[in-house]
Amino acid sequence: MTSERALPYLLLAPSLLFLALLFLWPLGEAFLVAFSDPGGGWSLANFREMADDLNFADALTNTLLLVVVVVPLQLALALGLGVLLGCIDRGRDTFLYIWTIPLGISDLAAGIVWLAMLSERGYLNSLLEALGLVDGPVLWLSYETPVALFVAVVVAEVWRATAIVLVILVAGMQLVPKEYYEAAEVFGASAFQRFRRITLPLLKPSIQTALILRTILAFEVFAVVVVLGGRDLPVLAGEAFAWQYDYQNAGVASAYAVLILTVSLAATWLYLRLLRVREESLA
Amino acid sequence: MRTRLLYATLAVIASIWVLVPIYLLAVSAFGGPETINAWPKSLLPERVSTETLAFFFGVRGVWNAILNSILVAALTMVMSILLGAPAGYALARFVFPGKDGYRLLVLLTRAFPIAILALPLTVRFIEIGIYDTPLAVALVHTALALPFAILVSSSLFMGVPKELEEAAWTLGCTRFQAFRKVVWPLARPGIAATMIFAFVVSWNEVFAASVLTLRERTLTAFLLTSLNESPLHFRFAGGLFLIVPALIFIFAVRRYLFSMWGIANR
Repeated sequence: MTSERALPYLLLAPSLLFLALLFLWPLGEAFLVAFSDPGGGWSLANFREMADDLNFADALTNTLLLVVVVVPLQLALALGLGVLLGCIDRGRDTFLYIWTIPLGISDLAAGIVWLAMLSERGYLNSLLEALGLVDGPVLWLSYETPVALFVAVVVAEVWRATAIVLVILVAGMQLVPKEYYEAAEVFGASAFQRFRRITLPLLKPSIQTALILRTILAFEVFAVVVVLGGRDLPVLAGEAFAWQYDYQNAGVASAYAVLILTVSLAATWLYLRLLRVREESLA
Repeated sequence: MRTRLLYATLAVIASIWVLVPIYLLAVSAFGGPETINAWPKSLLPERVSTETLAFFFGVRGVWNAILNSILVAALTMVMSILLGAPAGYALARFVFPGKDGYRLLVLLTRAFPIAILALPLTVRFIEIGIYDTPLAVALVHTALALPFAILVSSSLFMGVPKELEEAAWTLGCTRFQAFRKVVWPLARPGIAATMIFAFVVSWNEVFAASVLTLRERTLTAFLLTSLNESPLHFRFAGGLFLIVPALIFIFAVRRYLFSMWGIANR
C-alpha cells in the first residue's frame, strides 16, 4: 500500500527534477545575473545600460506595437476561419489541413518565405509592376522604409502563427453543443446573433488560452524579424540575442530576458483579469 | 446556394494565402540560380533545376548542421516522452496531494520566454563541458517540449477507460503488465503524435540553438548566424528544407491536432 501511495510521486519525480534544473534554476540565475554588477553586488547597472542603449526604446516600442497589431489580427482571422469552417459542407478536412500547415513552420523559415516574396526582385514587386503600380524593383525591407518593414513582419507573423490560434479555437468550437444553435435557429436568431450570443461566450476559455499563448510568443518574436530586417527593426528578443552573442554581455542580455518575462507575465495577468472565466464553464 | 459559393470562395482564398508563399519559395529554390535575379518574376519556373539545392548542400557545415538538427530533435523527442509520459500517467490515474501544484508548475513554464532559459544555461553548460554539443541544445528543447508532452499524455491516458486496466488487474496482471498490455497499445498512436510534435518543436527552434552552439550548429542556428554572408538562393533552399518536415508533420498528426490542443489547454 505504501508503494501504491508513493507511485505517483515516483512517476512525477524525473520530470519535476528536470523542470527544476532546466526551468527554475536558470530562471533564478537569470535574475541574479541581471541584477548584479561585475563586482558581484546587487545593482541595476545592467538595466541602466540596457535602457541607455540606442536601440532600447525602439526595441520596446516595436515589440509592443507588434503584439498590439499582430495578436488581435490573428484572433479575428482565426475566429473568421473557424466560423467559416462550420459553414462549409465539403472538403472541411482538406481546408483544415491546409490552414494548419504553418503550425509546423519555424519562425526562421516563415521569415525566409516572406523574404522571397518581399525582397527587391521578389514576387510582390513583380505583381505590383504587372499591375502598373511601381516602376521597377522597390526596396521594402530596409532601414529607410521602417513602416514597410514593420508591415512585412506583421504579414509574416499573421501568415505563420494564425494557425495555432485557429487550432485552439476550433478545438473549443467542437465542444459547443449543436443543440444550442438549433434552438437559437428555432427562435429565429440570425447567423450573427448566434455567433455573438452562443459561439463567443462559450468560446471564452479558448479565446483566453489562445490570447495568452500567442501574446507570450509574440513578445519573443525573433527570427522572423532578423531574417526580414536584421537589426533595422530592433525587437526585445533580438537585442537580447545581440547582447549575448555579438557583445558577449550576459548581464544586459539577461536584463532583456527579465524584461521580456515581465511583460509576458503582465499580459497574462491582464488577460486573466479581463476575460475572467467562471469555473463552471471550464468543466 | 449563393452563400455556399461565397463560403467556398473564402475558404479557397484562405488556402491560397497559406500555400502560394510556400509554392513561390519552392520555385525560388528549384528554379536555378538565375531565377533569384530574374525580373519581373514569373509564377512558373522557367526550368526546374537542382543547382540551388546542390549548392546549398555543398556549403561547408550544412550537412553537419542537418545531422545535428536531426540528432537534437531525436534526443528531444525521446527525452520529453520518457520524462513526460510517466508524469502524464500519474496525473491521469492518481489523486494525490500536490497534484494541482504540479499541474500549475507545468502550465506556468509555458509563460517563460526561451531567452531566460538559454542565456544562464550557456554559462552552466560551459562549466560542465557540454556547451556546443547536440545534448545541450536537446536539454533546452526538452524543457520546451516537456510541459506539452506531460499534459497531452495525461489526457491520452485519461482517454483509456480505467475499467479496462482494472479488469486486467483482476485477471492477475501487475500494474506494470496492465499498463504495458492494455493502456500502452491504446495510447500509442497519440503518444507517437506527441513525439512527432516534440521533434518539430526542436527542429524549428532558433534562439536557444543559436546561443548554445558555436561549431556544432543545428540547421536553424546555421542559417540564422550565416544570414549576413549567405546569398539569397542559399537562404531560400535552407528555408524550403526547413519547411518540408513541417508539411509531413501536420499531415501525420492531423487526426490528433484538435484533441491534443483542445485538452492540453484546459
